[in-house]
This record gives sequence, C-alpha cells and structure tokens, in this order.
Amino acid sequence: MAQIDIRAVRKSYGKTQTLHGVDLIFPTGEFVVILGPSGCGKSTLLRMIAGLEEITAGEIAIGGTVVNKLEPRERGCAMVFQNYALYPHMSVADNIGYALKVSGVPKAERRRRVEETAAIVGLTDYLDRRPAALSGGQRQRVAMGRAMIREPKVFLFDEPLSNLDAKLRVSMRAEIRKLHQRLNATSVFVTHDQVEAMTLADRLVVMNKGRVEQVGQPLDIYHRPASTFVAAFIGSPAMNLIDSRVEGGAVRLGSAVIPLAPAFAGLEGRTVTVGIRPEQVRLAAPGTGLVAIADFVEELGAGRVVHAVMEGQPFAAAIGAEVRIAPGQPIAFDLPAEHLHLFDRETGRRIEIDGEPAQSRAAAATLAPALS
Amino acid sequence: MEKRSVFKSTWLPILFAAPQLLLILLFFYWPVTAVLNWAFTLEPPFGGAAEFVGLDNFKEVFNDQLYWHSVMISIIFAICGPLTAIFIGLVLALAVDRELPGSGFFRFLYILPFAVAGPAGGMAFRFILSPERGLAAMLNEIQPDLWNPAKYGSHALAFVIIIFIWKWAGYTFIFLLAGLQSVPRSLIEAAAMDGSGPIRRAIDIQVPLLAPTLFFLLVTMMTEGFVGSDTFGMVHATTRGGPNHATELMVYRIVDEAFQGLNYSGASAQSLVLIGLIMIFTFIQFRFVERRVHYK
Repeated sequence: MAQIDIRAVRKSYGKTQTLHGVDLIFPTGEFVVILGPSGCGKSTLLRMIAGLEEITAGEIAIGGTVVNKLEPRERGCAMVFQNYALYPHMSVADNIGYALKVSGVPKAERRRRVEETAAIVGLTDYLDRRPAALSGGQRQRVAMGRAMIREPKVFLFDEPLSNLDAKLRVSMRAEIRKLHQRLNATSVFVTHDQVEAMTLADRLVVMNKGRVEQVGQPLDIYHRPASTFVAAFIGSPAMNLIDSRVEGGAVRLGSAVIPLAPAFAGLEGRTVTVGIRPEQVRLAAPGTGLVAIADFVEELGAGRVVHAVMEGQPFAAAIGAEVRIAPGQPIAFDLPAEHLHLFDRETGRRIEIDGEPAQSRAAAATLAPALS
Repeated sequence: MEKRSVFKSTWLPILFAAPQLLLILLFFYWPVTAVLNWAFTLEPPFGGAAEFVGLDNFKEVFNDQLYWHSVMISIIFAICGPLTAIFIGLVLALAVDRELPGSGFFRFLYILPFAVAGPAGGMAFRFILSPERGLAAMLNEIQPDLWNPAKYGSHALAFVIIIFIWKWAGYTFIFLLAGLQSVPRSLIEAAAMDGSGPIRRAIDIQVPLLAPTLFFLLVTMMTEGFVGSDTFGMVHATTRGGPNHATELMVYRIVDEAFQGLNYSGASAQSLVLIGLIMIFTFIQFRFVERRVHYK
C-alpha cells in the first residue's frame, strides 16, 4: 500500500518535450484513471512510474521513497500491458509464477501461490497451456494474475482492455474493479476510453498534450469540466460548444437569448464559449428557443441523437425515441440556463465565480448532492 | 483470391528459366555426376580411359590412418568453431540490442569481419598470432613455446578455429540481432517488471525466443565448418594442413589430394564421405535439437 507523488515531472525526447511539468498525488488504495487522447503523454507518465522510461526532470515517489534512480524491480509496482506481453514459450503457470521464480521462492511455495492466484482469476484449468492456446480474455487474466502474484504496492494498467471485444471489455472492467477492491493496492489505469474511465475511477486525471487538464472525481469532472477540452472529451455524444459573447447579462446562441445569473455581471462584453450537453437540451415549441436545421439522426435504440446545424456550427441533441425528425427539418431547442457551461474563449478555461458554475444558484444547489 | 498470371505458351517460361537451369547443370549436376563417377573408377589425371574399380577407392581412404585423423579434427573444428562463433555473436547481439550509447558504431564494427575473405583473414592472423612477435611473443616470454602453432598441432588447430570464429561471429551476430529485434519490447519490459535483470532476461526470455535462429545458425555454421570454401582458404593461407597433418581438415585434404596429388578418384571418394558425414550431423541436429525449438 503506497501513495504515489508526482512532482513537476517532465519528459523530453531530445528537443521535443512530451510532458510539461505534471504534479499529481495518488492516495493509497485509490483507483486512479488517467484519460486522454493518444499522444497526450499518459502512457509515458505510467511508464515513468513503472521505471521503464527515464524521468527527465522532477520527482516520482512511491510510498514516500523517491524512485527516480531505482530499477523497475525495486519499485514494488506490477504492470498489465496493452498487448498482455505474456512469455510465449512458457505455460500459464510459468508465466504467472515467473516473478516468484526470479526472486527465488522455493518451488513448492511457488506452486501453491500460482494455484491460489489462478483460482482468483479463474484460470485453474488452463495452467498447463501456452498463451497461444488461450482466448483474448484468458490472456488478459494471465497478465493480471502475473501482476497480482507479487502482491505489489502499486498496480499499473496500460490500456489493458483495448485489445478485447466490446462485450468482454465490459465484463473485464467489472473484474478489474472487483480485483481492486480485493487487493486494495493503489492502481493507476491508463485509457483513452471515457466509459472505462468514468466507470473505474475513484479519481480521474484528464490529460492533453503533455499537461494535466483536470483532476477530480468522475462525476465532478462530468458536471464541471475545467476546460473546453475536457468538456468535449468527456461525455458521449460530445458537449456542444458554441462561440458567443456576454451582452446585457445574457448570452446569445443563434436565435436564443439566455440570461445569466447576476453573479456573472462582471463578464459583460467578454467573448465566451458556451457549452451544453446534448442530453440536457430539450425540444421546444416551434418558433421559440434555438432553431437549428436537422442534418442527420443517429438511432441508439433507447433514444436518438439529432445532429443539426445552427448558423454553420454543429449542434447535437439527445431526444426520446418517440419523436420523429427528418433531415432538413428545422427544430427548436430549449437550453436550460442551469445546464450551461461558460468557458473563456481565449484560454478555454472554465469561468466560475466564487466556485460557482455558470448556472444560477438554485441549479447549483440541485447538483451539489451529486458531487459530494 | 490471389491473382495468378498463367503463361499460355510452353517456350516462354522455359526461356526465362534457362539461364538458371544452365548454370545449375553446368556447375552443380555435372560436377556431382563426375564426382560420383570418379569415386568408383580410377581416373587418370592426364586424360585417357577410366577403369572401374568398385569400392577400392573407399577401401583405400578408410585404410588410411591419416584420413581418420582428418575426420577427427574436422569434427572438432566443426563443433568448436561454430558453437563459439554463435556464442560470441549472441553475446554481442544481446549487448547491441540494449541500445546503449554507441551501439550503432559497434554494430557496424562487429559485422565487418564477415566482409573479409577467409584467406585474407588467415593472412592477417598469421601476423597477429605469430609466436615471434606481438601479443603471442609476450606470452612466450613468460614461458617459451606457450604458444607456437608452427610446432604444436593442438596450437595450430586452435589457431585455425580462432580465425573461423573471428570471421563467422559477425555473421551469426547479424542474424541474432535481427532475431532479437523481433522479440517484442514489451516482453522484455514485462520481465523487468517481474524483477528480472538484464542477464536473467537474456537467459529466460530472449534466448528461448531466439531458438529458431540459433538452430538455423547451428546447421549452417556446422556445414560451413565442414565444407566451407573459406574453411579451406583459412587453412591454406596459414598452416597448410601442418604441422604434421594437425590441421588437415577434410575439406583441405580433399582439395590438396585432388589438385596437388592429382588423385581425383581418392578425393572424390572422400567428398562423398564428407557429404555423408554432414548428412549424419544434420540429421542428429534435426532429430534431437530441433525438438526443443518452438516456432511461433
């Protein structure tokens, strides 16, 4: 059990810097998910914790010990790789038990612990097989068993589910979560899949271009994204982001004028980006609210997503399955003020006043229970 | 479906294949038939009708003490040389594969000896390992004749084996480095996470995954040791089979017997025995070594 401290960590390859000073604390026993698009530096950060990449500048400490100069084996981490990285010439039992063999655990004890671990990950009947004779999900379990058997202080997962098919991914996700509850080791899980991130994380770290965009609980990040990047990256379909300006205490979105709470009076004249999630947009009576032209409709079964165009900008809305909309048809949307997000157009950062989101106090009060 | 183009006419494909066929016939099948023929006849070196003698050529060869000696040292040569060359190539490849600073330069350096012809390498080593000067002279100062390949047969044999290793280690190095680079990096990293150090990783992960390459090298290098033209060249440029037949490898003896002794028939018979020996060794390798090789 160990806390991970990441202090002003940078990474450069030659002249290109891929991590620009990352500061994070992962408390003991938490399940931390690092989420970001490919190339954002999330895997690099994980590999630096593991000891597979050198730390260009800054410090990483595991359980209070600075590990910058330690070999991977001295750091007490175990890692599950994206392609599983199973030893193809060894049986499942040898794969799982390799770490014990290296550390010189006697054969009898080794076998006992391998069997124990195999039982936990459900591989008891496959111990003699080679990895090539296993399915994707089974290989994944071998990889997890191999990481577990050393009873590591820290578990690292490098996009472990991305090679599995959709159905298996869901069940493995649940298994990883259960495993975490059982072992209670600090876990760091890297992914580009926001559903994995939302469902697994105690604490979510969103990264972009080598910087941390936002850290927090998944719901907190969903409801109060700190930047337009986070707002667009989390949530499916993505949040609508529309350029606008604060005029007369209100923002104008196409034909709709939405008054802001009095606390935002100071924003008068500022150019802003207004965000609203497609699932919080409602259909309005024809001729009122924001009018957009339907472009195409995505069927999801339980509902549908209308992709429309409003003054040249795309605008999406999730609507019930009972409404029929034909492409080319004008639709009126109602944008509830309490669900609006305001971002500074220049910096892309969220605009909050006194820690309050853009919406009215009443709306913030209804959100509060969900955040705590 | 893969698209295949089919030649309708018969003469066109034959025309395309003809140059290659001609070369094979001229430089392989014809000489092989000649050797088979000569092995069972007495071939006069300056022309004239050959006399069929049955197995007499083989009897003569097998009754020669020196021939059996030659077989012995050939086997020693073809085991020590290739195994050491592969081992050194493996160590070098493992080192270069770690991609430490300067590995590109060393990669170039290690491959270089392969570009040097056997006789030229032999010439160079005549000076490098000459007992009278340089490195070996320092050894001999400690104790006279500690190293003297001109005097001791065992030294001379070691001498030609060293040249073989020097030349072929670079060749095995290329193959093994290519093999190592196809081992997924994540496997090495997984082993590192499992607590395995560089040497342990090499033994537990990299070498087992290199088994197909190692086996290929074992077969080809042993064949090279028995019949390689460079093997002849190395002996020819250095010891010329001496002292006292100590380095008279089978392949050297065959060429020497045929073109110095003009005993074409005896040399042909020895060639056939040598081919048989290579077949036996290759069979042993496939029967006992290949079983332990896992292809993916």
